[in-house]
Amino acid sequence: MTTTTAPPTVGATDAAGPIADRPRFDCRNAYVETLADLAKNDHRIVGVVNDSVGSSKLDAFKKAFPDRLINVGIAEQDMVGVAAGLANGGRIPFVSAASCFLTARALEQIKADVSYSDRNVKLCGMSPGVAYGELGPTHQSIEDIAWLRAIDNMTIVVPADPAETAAAMRWAAATEGPAFIRVSRMSVPEIFDAATYEFVPGRATTVREGDDVTIISNGTVLWRALAAAEQLEAEGVSARVVSMPTVKPLDVDAVVAAARETKGIVTAEESTTAGGLGGAVAETVVAHHPTRVRILGFDAFQPTGSAGFLLDRAGMSPEGIAEAARSLL
Amino acid sequence: MTALAPEHVTMPVLGRLSPHASRADQVAHIAEAARQIRLQDLKLVHYANAGHIGGDFSAIDVLATLYGAVLNVDPDNPDDPERDRFILSKGHVAGALYTTLAAFGFLPVAELATFLKPLSKLNGHPNRNYVRGVEANTGPLGHGLPIAVGHALSAKLDVSRRRTFVLTGDGELQEGSNWEAMMAASQHELDSLTVIVDRNRLQQGATTRETNDLDPLDAKAAAFGFAVVEVNGHDHGELLDVLSAVPFRPGKPTFVIAHTHKGHPISYMSNNVAWHHKVPDEAQLQQALDELDQLQRRQQDEEVARAAGDERQR
Repeated sequence: MTTTTAPPTVGATDAAGPIADRPRFDCRNAYVETLADLAKNDHRIVGVVNDSVGSSKLDAFKKAFPDRLINVGIAEQDMVGVAAGLANGGRIPFVSAASCFLTARALEQIKADVSYSDRNVKLCGMSPGVAYGELGPTHQSIEDIAWLRAIDNMTIVVPADPAETAAAMRWAAATEGPAFIRVSRMSVPEIFDAATYEFVPGRATTVREGDDVTIISNGTVLWRALAAAEQLEAEGVSARVVSMPTVKPLDVDAVVAAARETKGIVTAEESTTAGGLGGAVAETVVAHHPTRVRILGFDAFQPTGSAGFLLDRAGMSPEGIAEAARSLL
Repeated sequence: MTALAPEHVTMPVLGRLSPHASRADQVAHIAEAARQIRLQDLKLVHYANAGHIGGDFSAIDVLATLYGAVLNVDPDNPDDPERDRFILSKGHVAGALYTTLAAFGFLPVAELATFLKPLSKLNGHPNRNYVRGVEANTGPLGHGLPIAVGHALSAKLDVSRRRTFVLTGDGELQEGSNWEAMMAASQHELDSLTVIVDRNRLQQGATTRETNDLDPLDAKAAAFGFAVVEVNGHDHGELLDVLSAVPFRPGKPTFVIAHTHKGHPISYMSNNVAWHHKVPDEAQLQQALDELDQLQRRQQDEEVARAAGDERQR
């Protein structure tokens, strides 16, 4: 694993202006466009869904490849088992289902049929975290990363924008083995340049240089971390922002460098505070270079509210993240 | 107690007969395979001091029939993409599967001596990454049937003639995932799929009827869109005829209810719920080996009588 210290692909203070003001995009569009493109060039690729055609935006895929979108109905255990069987037959299944049902209902199939059996199955957790904020904790999926992180032989990817979503999909299609990719429905600004961004599992990207404090983030919270760094810069605080799309395997070198070179680490993620990115970073820091870590995330079942409201409420507004960073100085 | 050692592994590699062999010869070959597998499996469980002998013995005749004469699989080319797939859903009878795979050349017979030992490839549940011929790492119940449905779907997408067989326990059918998968198999008209149920009517601690009754299993499977066939799961001729003839209805997956006895044919084990994962002691081992020998002599006598009858008819 290597730490990328090259300049960020797109800086938070580049010509596009403050990141919070930029146009926002639904990553599901990049997901379905990439899946269709991959399927066009590789007949082995199939979609597997639990009636989640519309919520995964797979209507066009279904029209283009009617035989290759397998809808098992509302049956998640069967869905993941079927995907493992398709992989046994040489197919590359992309399972596309609401993350709450995919990871909770089919956890044993994920463990035994996919990870332990080492099947080439791609699990795409749609609308994870608090994307279904208003629907309550049954549909919120803040636990998925912690659950899957405990399972051996599972790469966990939490893309932050459309370019990273597409790149992660291309990597997953080209790489044998189990993977879990979180695909949010919550719109996010573009952070990476689709033309040049290369996804490498286990590799973090420093999207903003800084030497006072480090913010490590991914997914829908990464742009908020960048916005926090913009605010801190205005106060004269130099915050490093490390994009950590792969929660497993973690970029240990990037975490250790942050621990060594800055005064502390804030982690911010759309996930439970127990066992997610923050947990992974804390485990690493404790083992290699103890320093203070503030873990931002959700520490309880969440009330009803929009995803943005719930992130803000949990301290992951740009102001909240900046405040956490300040507390480490 | 003596630990499992190389001298306890004595089973010959039986291999397959030519597909052109007569039915009688095929059946005799399967019977001999089943006998050898039982003899070896008894020793594995006795000397390893663990295993699921009851379920092993209820499933061995199905396993011997599949590997002995039905499955299009080749130990010299175990990854052939066009091979038939056999998925053992009741993964706890791994001892029976390992012994069967060894009998038919997928696993070195000598490796059976490592059964359940520290760091052995022969775990209490099968691992496809360690053992050639294993298609899925099963163990938790209710996983094999969905995997089999997925494989059958892949064969359909490929317009391939490869078939999928899955062996489930009957108690295992209490897991809802099986019924999800059966609906999907029927919806997708997967007639290359054959589900075989080891219907021994016993689960870990009681009968299926006392626990969570499955009957009427035939009607349930039929209602889920399967062509249902019932066989004596210890009759090699019946098993061979049925498993060679699938599918029975175009467009419909097949559901074979194989009526079996846990622990068959050992007198003190057969149909006795205590023998789910009990280990035979020294005297019980000897008795079981003797009973299998007596059974073989009886079968040989019957064979001689049958041959004589054939002679007279000519």
